Amino acid sequence: MSTPTRSGKVLHIDWTRCDARGSCTELLPELLRSDPWGYPLPAGGGSDVAIPAHLAAAARDAVGLCPVLALRLS
Amino acid sequence: MNEALWALGRGTGVVALVLLTVTVVLGILTRSGRPAFGLPRFAVTLVHRNSALIGAVFVLIHVVTLLFDPYAQLNAVDFFVPFLGSYHPFWLGLGTVGLDLLIAILVTALLRRWIGQRVFRVVHWAAYALWPIALFHSFGTGTDAGAPLFILLAVACSAVVVGAVIWRTTTAFQLRNRTTPDRRIEPSRIAADQKTKELR
Ligand code: HEM
Ligand code: SF4
Repeated sequence: MSTPTRSGKVLHIDWTRCDARGSCTELLPELLRSDPWGYPLPAGGGSDVAIPAHLAAAARDAVGLCPVLALRLS
Repeated sequence: MNEALWALGRGTGVVALVLLTVTVVLGILTRSGRPAFGLPRFAVTLVHRNSALIGAVFVLIHVVTLLFDPYAQLNAVDFFVPFLGSYHPFWLGLGTVGLDLLIAILVTALLRRWIGQRVFRVVHWAAYALWPIALFHSFGTGTDAGAPLFILLAVACSAVVVGAVIWRTTTAFQLRNRTTPDRRIEPSRIAADQKTKELR
């Protein structure tokens, strides 16, 4: 499988805000699994997730729809 | 023409009430962090926002039509400063308070990324005042307030909102005990969890 093109964008999860509402894990299932408590779990661990180009729109939706503003794209 | 304006003013008011009802319920569902009506969580949030915006459009048409309605005798000041109107000042005033609250709620919600989550949340609580205010306003000023169909609708909306608010206050509403800080994800915990999964 070829590596997907990067969008250059990184999704940051702010753990002090995240309340495990689970809408990001629904929008970005390719990148975020849900831990047993409902918190998002990036495939490589950590708080920063590199966004491939084809998921850039989904990532923007995730940022806009996180009910507690715990996500940021940069 | 006046008849048409009047009908439009009433009709849009009723639709606004229904949309505000839907919005309040979806807002509570958004807060609950659960999927609902076959919608995933993110869609519940999305529809909550959209129904609020569509509701606001109906409120806008509602007040603008009534501005041109000679019977309601409204002027621009009555839109924002309550209790000055000449026709049913109290009930109309409730509509004005409702409009002010609605504007405040919408503006802070749309600017939430800039004003911060705390201010947004505090102002958003006003939604629980807005809804009954809009309801009382419609009973007080509405020409159709006595009509069985309107009463039926109002009772249905009230039942839904009251039900949702009661559910909101129960402990079952909270999916987890959100006050325990140790639920916060820590790398060690992820590792530990992976281990348990592997062992299983
Ligand atoms: C939160 C926003 C509002 C909602 C949800 C709302 C809802 C309603 C409803 C359900 C009615 C009853 C319609 C009927 O069957 O006769 C009504 C009537 C009315 N509303 Fe509002 N309203 C809102 C804001 C306002 C504002 C800001 C004003 C004016 C300052 C206003 C002025 C009136 C008037 C004059 C009537 C009587 C219409 C008539 O029967 O001729 N409303 N409203
Ligand atoms: S949508 Fe926001 S609150 Fe919900 S899990 Fe994702 S980051 Fe956390």
